[in-house]
Amino acid sequence: MSGEARGALPVLRERGQHEVFCGLTGIVWLHRKIQDAFFLVVGSRTCAHLLQSAAGVMIFAEPRFATAILDERDLAGLADANDELDRVVERLIARRPDIKMLFLVSSCPSEVIKLDLSRAAARLNERLRSGVRVLSYSGSGIETTFTQGEDACLAALAPLLPREESRSLLVVGSLPDVVEDQFARIFGELGVAVRFFPARRSDALPPVGPGTAYLLAQPFLSATAQALEKRGARRLAAPFPFGVEGTRGWIEAAARWAGVSAERVEAAVAPAERRARAALEPARERLEGKTIFFFPDSQLEVPLARFLSRELGMKLVEVGTPFLHQEHLATELALLPGGVRLSEGQDVERQLDRCRAARPDLAVCGLGLANPLEREGITTKWSIELVFSPVHGYEQAGDLANLFARPLVRAGRLSV
Amino acid sequence: MQLSVWTYEGPPHVGAMRVAAAMKGVHYVLHAPQGDTYADLLFTMIERRTTRPPVTYTTFQARDLGRDTAELFKTAARDAYERFRPELLLVGASCTAELIQDDPAGIGQALGLPIPVVPLELSAYQHCENWGAAETFYRIVRACVKAAPREKRRGTCNLLGATALGFRHRDDVTEVTRLLAQLGVSVNVCAPLGATPADLARLPEAEFNVALYPEIAGPTASFLAKTFGQPTIPVTPMGVGATRDFVRQVAELTGKDPGPALAGEPSRLPWYSRSVDSTYLTGKRVFVFGDATHAIAAARIATEELGFVVVGLGTYARGLAREVRAAAARYGVEALITDDHLLVEEQIAALAPDLVLGTQMERHVAKRLGLPCAVISAPVHVQDFPARYSPQMGFEGANVIFDSWIHPLMMGLEEHLLAMFREDFEFRPGVAPSHLGGAPTSPTSPAAPAPTTAPAPVAAPAPAAPAQAVKTEAKGPPAAPAAPTAPQAAVWTAEAEQELKKIPFFVRGRARKNTERFAAERGLASITLETLYDAKAHFSR
Repeated sequence: MSGEARGALPVLRERGQHEVFCGLTGIVWLHRKIQDAFFLVVGSRTCAHLLQSAAGVMIFAEPRFATAILDERDLAGLADANDELDRVVERLIARRPDIKMLFLVSSCPSEVIKLDLSRAAARLNERLRSGVRVLSYSGSGIETTFTQGEDACLAALAPLLPREESRSLLVVGSLPDVVEDQFARIFGELGVAVRFFPARRSDALPPVGPGTAYLLAQPFLSATAQALEKRGARRLAAPFPFGVEGTRGWIEAAARWAGVSAERVEAAVAPAERRARAALEPARERLEGKTIFFFPDSQLEVPLARFLSRELGMKLVEVGTPFLHQEHLATELALLPGGVRLSEGQDVERQLDRCRAARPDLAVCGLGLANPLEREGITTKWSIELVFSPVHGYEQAGDLANLFARPLVRAGRLSV
Repeated sequence: MQLSVWTYEGPPHVGAMRVAAAMKGVHYVLHAPQGDTYADLLFTMIERRTTRPPVTYTTFQARDLGRDTAELFKTAARDAYERFRPELLLVGASCTAELIQDDPAGIGQALGLPIPVVPLELSAYQHCENWGAAETFYRIVRACVKAAPREKRRGTCNLLGATALGFRHRDDVTEVTRLLAQLGVSVNVCAPLGATPADLARLPEAEFNVALYPEIAGPTASFLAKTFGQPTIPVTPMGVGATRDFVRQVAELTGKDPGPALAGEPSRLPWYSRSVDSTYLTGKRVFVFGDATHAIAAARIATEELGFVVVGLGTYARGLAREVRAAAARYGVEALITDDHLLVEEQIAALAPDLVLGTQMERHVAKRLGLPCAVISAPVHVQDFPARYSPQMGFEGANVIFDSWIHPLMMGLEEHLLAMFREDFEFRPGVAPSHLGGAPTSPTSPAAPAPTTAPAPVAAPAPAAPAQAVKTEAKGPPAAPAAPTAPQAAVWTAEAEQELKKIPFFVRGRARKNTERFAAERGLASITLETLYDAKAHFSR
């Protein structure tokens, strides 16, 4: 398709079959993060099937997500569909008194029939007992790609954050609790008070206001960023906290904002950086000089490619991403080596052709493509693991590198 | 609007994909939004298929809706034909695309492709996966089958219904083909699994049909029966009895001798079930839930071939509810027809069966409730595609079923021994088996009863093995003579103590504990001969 110059690096923009999840998938990690929230998808049997397939296994006794499956009667009349939705929600709330926040998540079919879930949320907030807040956002495939579901969810939450006038630092994007605690400790050593969004409980929403500076922990939060800016917050330009370099740059951005001296930063991060460098060393031996090809998936591709190329010496063949946010990724893009092929969007058949022609040492792709590529002799890394595992920050840098090294080590060991 | 946490079946277009992926030379162009491609991973991950399913998705987005999504479909279909060169193209819509009414059927046919284009109308808001598979198979067969053959090929049949992502379909096909070969019957066409559209054109040449999975093969088998006079064998050969019935019916229909196929002992199940170790299976209460075919067959095997008692029988396959109700009536239970897994869970919890035979959903329910479980039906899980040959049908299938249902239960003698020794001090949790030195592995919960699944009890029945004595001596506190249990333990009268010694050693410890518990619960100060036998009567229920 068309090659187009964007900033320093040319970007191949494609429009064909997109082999990516829709935003509903984000529910799988969001419901673990916000521990008193319930996610109710208003959609079809396909949505329910996607959620259980993406969740991989049916491990939770009664998970805090479900699908209200539309049937023919709901399609026949929207008034009835709204009544039905109220009935389903009331039953759900009665069943789960532990739920403090309910997200109505719209899907492709609910959006196509124009079932307005923001109005439904407002109506239900009136009707329901106090103590349950009802919100809505879109997780549909026609509006969102995979991680954009989290973006839509946080953007819906942003207007609800309490207002605050004083200076404060906010880390934005859901992180595993263990990673969040590590970052909190580092900021603590810098003497910088920090809050995290989303919070673990819906009644602990962090405040935001004109004095708020925020650091994105995830690269897929464009709508959330807009919503926070609307509340007066401003973004601290930084790389994303993957690997030693990214984490350092990310923390330094906050330190500069807080006026913390370079010496103090050095002292705070030095032990963790030493550990991280040591942890990267064995992986570097395995990955250096190896070629890697990213299929688009989570929008984590550009920061990860930067980490793999600069800290582990991998050669980037193609870095595909579903959406390239030039502004949020500016620091990252500047760190990419010249000559890398960036692609945005997808035509999966053409991209597979390019991958086969390039025969990379490692292809990062979704679960639908992994086994077929392995069968063609191309070693793969499931991209979804990069979203579900703790990979941010110093202490996870080695784990992150090993996620890429392990498939190559395994391929090297097998002789069957 | 139905509140659903987990679903037994996917949407109908996934059923269509299962048919397309099972066949060769078929490609499916699906008008569907971005995200619906998740279905590919079912095939590549769960079934570990080595290629992507032959499906092209239009993956339209909101911005396309204002423009021409129909054009998008047209381009996708044309590109898919150029790239994959299939012999037959399926065209259809997923749930969302049904709503935008772009008419994939009309567009597909207007493309002027030199191959058959089969439109699928699957009514996503009404139907489910199995229905979608059945309808797709039927539509493809209708498109491929032309005139009746001049002559049928005697002694041949079609195997209908096996698809991709089916529960053991691959191995069932092998097993049933082998069984038929022993009868001198050969398979004319097996479809959808492994068939090309050209193969389907030869379906009418067979003498009869075997509908392996009526959920999927039903409409096609009826059509072939009506149009070409091919009878369908009405038995699913699952379990020894049903396999024998199947053999006899095929033999009768084709005039072959059933002798060779039934001679000797083609399955080990009958003998294993009659062997004394299986005595303990008698009357085990089982709950059965799955698709209709597997649930009905499982209930029969459980009752007639293993001596279980069916306490619950159900299915999520509403289309075959009548058959399941009829089967349930034979076992004196009321059928549970539902696709709400919470209802199924409720019923399992209420019935507290000894064994659950269900799907992966019931496996999780059983795990939570601490019940043994074996999986007998789709929806499938990566575990349901074992590397080894593992059919459910035919005589080998009966062997597989015996093993996979019985192993979750404890082996007979093992179970008795466990029950006998469960209260003995060396089987308390946290105490390592005596052959491993007998050192406690964890100091916690000394008084908790041993779980019924304590490891390797048969290996270490003798109390106070010498090796243990040596080691524990070196470590300090000598092994307690008996675990202190009830506070203020009742005193044994000499007479009762004497009687206790007459009880075989391997039950003695349990008898002592039970009697002491019995006495403690009743606040008895002493244990008399009377107390001993009262306790025995109480605990033997």
